[in-house]
Amino acid sequence: MGMVTESQFHVLAVDDSLVDRKMIERLLQKSSYQVTTVDSGSKALEFLGLRDSNESDDANAPSSSPVTHQEVEINLIITDYCMPGMTGYDLLKRVKESAAFKSIPVVIMSSENVPARISRCLEEGAEEFFLKPVKLADLTKLKPHMMKTKLKKESDKPAKEDSAVLKPEIREEEASVIKIVPLHQEVEQEPVLSKRKATKEVISTDRSRPKYNDITTSV
Amino acid sequence: MNTVVAQLQRQFQDYLVSLYQQFTELRKLQDEGTPDFVAEVVSLFFDDCSKLINTMSRSLERPENVDFKQVDSGVHQLKGSSSSVGARRVKNVCISFKECCDVQNREGCLRCLQQVDYEYKMLKTKLQDLFNLEQRILQAGGMIPQVNIS
Repeated sequence: MGMVTESQFHVLAVDDSLVDRKMIERLLQKSSYQVTTVDSGSKALEFLGLRDSNESDDANAPSSSPVTHQEVEINLIITDYCMPGMTGYDLLKRVKESAAFKSIPVVIMSSENVPARISRCLEEGAEEFFLKPVKLADLTKLKPHMMKTKLKKESDKPAKEDSAVLKPEIREEEASVIKIVPLHQEVEQEPVLSKRKATKEVISTDRSRPKYNDITTSV
Repeated sequence: MNTVVAQLQRQFQDYLVSLYQQFTELRKLQDEGTPDFVAEVVSLFFDDCSKLINTMSRSLERPENVDFKQVDSGVHQLKGSSSSVGARRVKNVCISFKECCDVQNREGCLRCLQQVDYEYKMLKTKLQDLFNLEQRILQAGGMIPQVNIS
């Protein structure tokens, strides 16, 4: 175990069932992601650094604005739908309503195939809806969503390196215009090609953010 | 020694075939780095079963005061975890169990509870046999056979 030269994606998994947490943790690890598991929506928000706004009636609680610096960078949240207290749907809404975290892709899991539930979640901004039991093959759908966020994040940050790429025009570009392509693959014909080439250098290494290599599972 | 191993492997394969569909996905997740994964997960599952069955049993105890909400919650959790690990027979009982719960049929619930208890214990025994066979094969110097059924 040591420093990874390419950035690893970190997934936050939320499920109240211990068996399911163990399963999803292993599934994610097997897919080469770093994983943190928590057993409730409120713990998930806590981990992200977003205070539960239900604390607003506590005079000593800070204002409901989120902590703007994340301790750990999360690239995707995968959550069970049916949980006591805060459901996966509630968690999804809280994340999407938060300025700091709404760009984090959220995936919902459920053991029940309820079409109304599925469309509600997708409408609220969930990227995917997985029916349990989740299989290894399902997890291949996650990477594109995480890549999209990372790319957008990089293009939003001020340039650390002397790169001609990070001009204001790029920031205004819709994320969907930038093709998400693994670095070793061919980049498709695009007028954006020249900008893409330069952008590659920025996203290929991740020295700018702190890396946490020994995240333990918190339950 | 080879015939002993071969015999054990055949036995293993027979057992595995019968449980195969149930645990394919689980086994995919186990590797050299996590050799105990399947054992750990099923162990957690059996603990879950035991706890939930106890809780539901208590909720169903007094005919005049059955907490069907509790029972329903227990069935839901059991159905979920059995589905996750691939314990098909347990899961199937849970489906009937939920139906009994929905119509508040205490007798039906009790029958299902008994069946769930039976099924998970059977599974526990079978898996224990399987794990023991694995150990014996390894100790005899053989490799655990891969089973491929489409």
